Amino acid sequence: MINTLSSILILAGVFFYLAGSIGLLRLPDLYSRLHALTKADNLGLGLLIAGVALHSQDLLMMLKLLLTWLAVLAASATSAHLIARQARRQVTES
Amino acid sequence: MNPVSLLVFDGLLLVSIAGLAWASLATTDARRSVILFMAFGLVLAVAWGRLLAPDVALAEAAIGAGLSGALLLAAAHRQPRPLPPASTNAPRNHGAAGVGVVLRWAVTLLCAALAGILAWALLHAFDSAPHDMLPQAISANLATSGVSNPVTAVLLNFRAYDTLLELAVLLTAVLGILALGPATPGYQPAGPVFDGLIRWLVPVLILTAGYLLWVGAHAPGGAFQAGAMLAAAGVVLRLAGRSRIGLPDGIVLRIVMAAGMGVFLLVGLSLLLLGRPFLGYPPDWAGSLILLIETAAMLSIAATLLLAFLGGRPESTGDKAAAKRQREAIS
Repeated sequence: MINTLSSILILAGVFFYLAGSIGLLRLPDLYSRLHALTKADNLGLGLLIAGVALHSQDLLMMLKLLLTWLAVLAASATSAHLIARQARRQVTES
Repeated sequence: MNPVSLLVFDGLLLVSIAGLAWASLATTDARRSVILFMAFGLVLAVAWGRLLAPDVALAEAAIGAGLSGALLLAAAHRQPRPLPPASTNAPRNHGAAGVGVVLRWAVTLLCAALAGILAWALLHAFDSAPHDMLPQAISANLATSGVSNPVTAVLLNFRAYDTLLELAVLLTAVLGILALGPATPGYQPAGPVFDGLIRWLVPVLILTAGYLLWVGAHAPGGAFQAGAMLAAAGVVLRLAGRSRIGLPDGIVLRIVMAAGMGVFLLVGLSLLLLGRPFLGYPPDWAGSLILLIETAAMLSIAATLLLAFLGGRPESTGDKAAAKRQREAIS
């Protein structure tokens, strides 16, 4: 039961990673590519981590995985912001 | 997991390692090359994890991909960007192109020869000795080493002499970096979002460094990984445009730089005076001595890596005050 549930969560996470990667390759401009990458990766990693945490059945491990997800969330949101701001600055300067 | 899916995973891993390495070498844009190199380091870290070598995986991810990447990016930033290929219509110097081709082939042949020698040495090593002798010797003596993580036992006890010399190499390298002159000026102060990130990220990095140092005694971790975490905190602070990035000034900086090597030597020589072999720790004390050496080594490693990122001697507060006075005098 738990195995099935964690497999479903991991597969859902992989789907979001796939969607994010396709978006990164196919979307027309930087802002929409960033949007695809960060949103999909955050959710994809969240689902992946939820699946792995469920699989581990170890409270300490779950806590570590949760911390990893939170750190990645903050870092990815910040770097997306920095890249987008830099891109907008370059556009307004030229 | 069944063997077939693991085989597929390993195959994908190998293909991406080789592909990323090739892509990183083949591109002419320095920045693109560095970013591909960082991706290569991360995939390589996964490969080390797959080989059940988490200590190496941690070091590869932190130093090989993270800090080396930051260092190379900073270096690439100082280089002028190359012209796009379409604009190089000038008549090409055929002599120079010929030399380039010869040089490229010479380097390729040298690399191939080196790879051949390494492969031969590896095969020879597998042939000549049953390769489970070393792990057996380590596990037989682990109880007297003072730690329960075999990697730390090897690095800091069984072959402590090697690690001492590694720290000597790092010290020599950092002396070279200091001789390069003053560091490049820092970056502009970060905006509120990045500043908000580093406000909690830097303390977490320092905490993680302490954790890795402590946990190295019985699980993957140790001075090198912990030092890389501390240095990463400094790199983040510098990228955010902070003027203070955690490096001490003047004489204290020099003491921190030499601490790893110094404490290591001091421990070794004191043991000699007590009538034990050089770096032959008494089993009762081994754990504490290893922690002491690793703490000093962590600080030295962090200072070395951070100075490498700065690429020169950091401005001391005296210099800064002088520069400020100069600026005020001009304006």
